[in-house]
Amino acid sequence: MPRGRPTLVCGGPGCGKTILSMEFLINGARQFDEPGVFLSFEESIEDLTANFASLGLDPRPLSARKKLALDYIRVEPNEIQETGGYDLDALFIRLEHAIDSVHAKRVVLDTIETLFSGLSDTRVLRAELRRLFNWLKTKGVTAIVTGERGETGMTRHGLEEYITDCVIMLDHRVVEQNATRRLRVVKYRGSTHGANESPFFIDESGISVLPIASLGLQHSIAPGRLSTGVPDLDAMVGGKGYFRGSSILVSGTAGSGKTSLAGYFAEAACRRRESALYFAFEESAAQIARNLRSIDLDLEPFLRKGLLQIHAARPTTSGLEGHLSAMHRLIEEKKPRVVVVDPISNLISVGTSVEVRAMLARLIDFMKVRQVTALFTSLTIDEGHPEGTDIGISSFMDTWLVLRNIDRNGERIRTLDVLKSRGMPHSNQVREFLLTSQGLKLLDVVRHQGRVLIGSERAAQATDGPVGPQRSGKRAPRP
Amino acid sequence: MKAKSRRTGKPRKTKAKLDFFDLRLYIAGQTARSLAALANLQRICDEHLEGRYRLEVIDLLERPQLARGDQIFALPTLIRKLPEPMRKLVGDLSDTERALVGLDLRPRPSSRS
Repeated sequence: MPRGRPTLVCGGPGCGKTILSMEFLINGARQFDEPGVFLSFEESIEDLTANFASLGLDPRPLSARKKLALDYIRVEPNEIQETGGYDLDALFIRLEHAIDSVHAKRVVLDTIETLFSGLSDTRVLRAELRRLFNWLKTKGVTAIVTGERGETGMTRHGLEEYITDCVIMLDHRVVEQNATRRLRVVKYRGSTHGANESPFFIDESGISVLPIASLGLQHSIAPGRLSTGVPDLDAMVGGKGYFRGSSILVSGTAGSGKTSLAGYFAEAACRRRESALYFAFEESAAQIARNLRSIDLDLEPFLRKGLLQIHAARPTTSGLEGHLSAMHRLIEEKKPRVVVVDPISNLISVGTSVEVRAMLARLIDFMKVRQVTALFTSLTIDEGHPEGTDIGISSFMDTWLVLRNIDRNGERIRTLDVLKSRGMPHSNQVREFLLTSQGLKLLDVVRHQGRVLIGSERAAQATDGPVGPQRSGKRAPRP
Repeated sequence: MKAKSRRTGKPRKTKAKLDFFDLRLYIAGQTARSLAALANLQRICDEHLEGRYRLEVIDLLERPQLARGDQIFALPTLIRKLPEPMRKLVGDLSDTERALVGLDLRPRPSSRS
């Protein structure tokens, strides 16, 4: 906010104007030792206090310590009769009194346009408002003035004419049943400001703004490598596993083993005593744990210790921004070293692919800055072209594993290959892998007469039998 | 209008005539507008409320904290504390007609008139 100057925050009803301004005051008082004055024209002090307490912004302790003054000016059009010339001196006096009582550096007027409903002489009002904003400048306070969005202009009564330094527009829109709040700096004199609309979110801890444009590619890189959880797979990616702080995409068709691979990755982290956070958008925590137990992966002990945390939510429970904000908060709070998002493709159901991409880019940047290693799974629908990941997110990813489920000779064969892995020599072989009750196994490549054998062909070859279309009832158990 | 209310015997007018008026005038300093408001109010009281009113003049420059109680934001403002209900008259009372209506000393112009 421009210091010492008024800022206009405008938007429709319920867009978060009051909360934004209250947070501005509370954080000013708490973090910067700048006391504030909140002058409300809409809600009584009791109502305001209750509303903000529920958002973790309880103003009472601050007002007790004389860091915050709340005042409420009730404008009741029915009981006002105009009888001649007047001015708003009383408003100035009240405001000055409040400012002086706490030595305020910050002031919020919410919503001053209410005066227009009580007083009919708009000519006087406009002149007085102009005088008020100039007066605020001379007082050297940083002010937020809120205004309701009007049908023609930014505000109903054209407040933007008087407040010319900084204008912030809030918006609350619903796209396909999901409400998204957005914030845009329309104007900020004397600064280069982002002109983008940025989504923001209001929850128990107040407002979080999520800049759409990311931080730029300036994160430092973390040293070290970490295991994929599958020794054979470690060997395929340069022998040591993924880079710490990198992003890994595991894409594949339904039932190709994405969640299993993600499970191994999380478990390996826990074995190293690193905390892992698993965001599940498809299965519940209990379901994931149970299913992975069938391939000899027991997550229970880590879940009990809290080393592994699974957060399961249906993608449709909130908008994309909601998910992103929740993920940001959990990552900030739990400080995991590895994060699994399973699967990201499900998020398409709550946003367009452009939005999902933007969100992922932000999430990846966010984690890279914190040197969190992240594994994303993605469901590919088109069996023919697994490389064509629907969200087009592969360019954000450092390592991309492709799982396939090949239908051949009347059997389904699971294969895995490393499509890319930045900064390391990686295998270019397509490896067959098995999900067995003893765990996930990558099979060695068996060549025969210049061909790589997979499925029952390889089983036949392994027992030194002739390779041919003979049927073998079962795949040979692997060591 | 006057005749009509007399004929229908509207109680308000007669009642208002008997009520005791408790008035507060809020001003800020001895400005021309403050003085005008005070003079206008004095005239109205002399003409209509002889002997049955009490007037308190509050200068907010001296006691700013008092603006809060009566929800004052514009000046001058006249508050009629009594009789109930409370009335708020904003302005210097130069429009005598509206001031009288605001004080219920004259019936409100109805939509029929």
